[in-house]
Amino acid sequence: MLKFIVPFGLFALLAVFLMVGLFRDPSYVPSPLIGKPAPEFALPSLQDAAYPVSSKELLGQPWVLNVWGTWCGGCRQEHDTLLAIARARTVPIVGLNWKDDNALAQQWLRELGNPYAVVAEDREGRVAIDWGVYGAPETFLIGPDGVVLFKHIAPMTMEVWNTEFLPRIEAARAAAGSKS
Amino acid sequence: MIPKLVRTCLLAVLLAFAGGAIAIDSEDAFDDPVLQERYENINRELRCLVCQNQTIADSNATLAQDLRREVRDMIAAGQTDAQIREFMIERYGDFVLYRPRMTAGNFLLWAAPVLLLVIGALVLVRVVRRRAQETDLEPDGPEAGQS
Repeated sequence: MLKFIVPFGLFALLAVFLMVGLFRDPSYVPSPLIGKPAPEFALPSLQDAAYPVSSKELLGQPWVLNVWGTWCGGCRQEHDTLLAIARARTVPIVGLNWKDDNALAQQWLRELGNPYAVVAEDREGRVAIDWGVYGAPETFLIGPDGVVLFKHIAPMTMEVWNTEFLPRIEAARAAAGSKS
Repeated sequence: MIPKLVRTCLLAVLLAFAGGAIAIDSEDAFDDPVLQERYENINRELRCLVCQNQTIADSNATLAQDLRREVRDMIAAGQTDAQIREFMIERYGDFVLYRPRMTAGNFLLWAAPVLLLVIGALVLVRVVRRRAQETDLEPDGPEAGQS
């Protein structure tokens, strides 16, 4: 009896592993930044190079960093969702304009609407590397203490926002409120 | 005299392998051959995360270009290979390495070959012992099994 149960058990175990593997997205790379302090940056603003955008100014509140570029199809796809999220005024959305053309990026915001509280221009892509960005659009959630809480790689959808971002924002606010 | 067809095939084969000879960078990043070699070696160990089955030495994706620039600048700044690797892992995780490190999370994966070998050896010993016992009984003749 054992002679059959053991090989069958091993086969079943292997089958389960392979089955799970079938449904995983191999292009998804988990971020090592989750739970760690967000990388600091100080970049010029997209609209006014004289006005610096610094991550330090955002401490004390939950905020969202959205990495985008006019060359990125997924960014066009998620733009209306970002506008809807911005209208709800839950948290500020900071844009990181990644390796883009300044004029094109400004035109994009004029024509499609601007969901961002502020947009930092990362022409050289160094800040994006600090944040472990590898494919726009990517959206990070940062807590009031400056710790990265979540990262979403793919166009933002209302479903992702409601199930992944909102509960974490509320939890972060509650945790920050109980400390002070 | 080599027949024309053979010559054509030979040329096709040689051209097919010629890709490896063409570096992505149009010129060397360093004048110093030692630094240049370090630069190339590190690039060959780092994964391009946009085109996941290529190293950043093989890929011309913009991210790969940016990461090569980062490697070049860090070498120029006097950082060690280990520091450069650590820089990449902090940002992109262990997946960025083509030669993965042993960590608590993937220890089982590293140990699996040895583990399977040991299990196989144990099974082999058991089977051999059992067979040996069975053959020991045989000289008693077929009656032994019947009793």
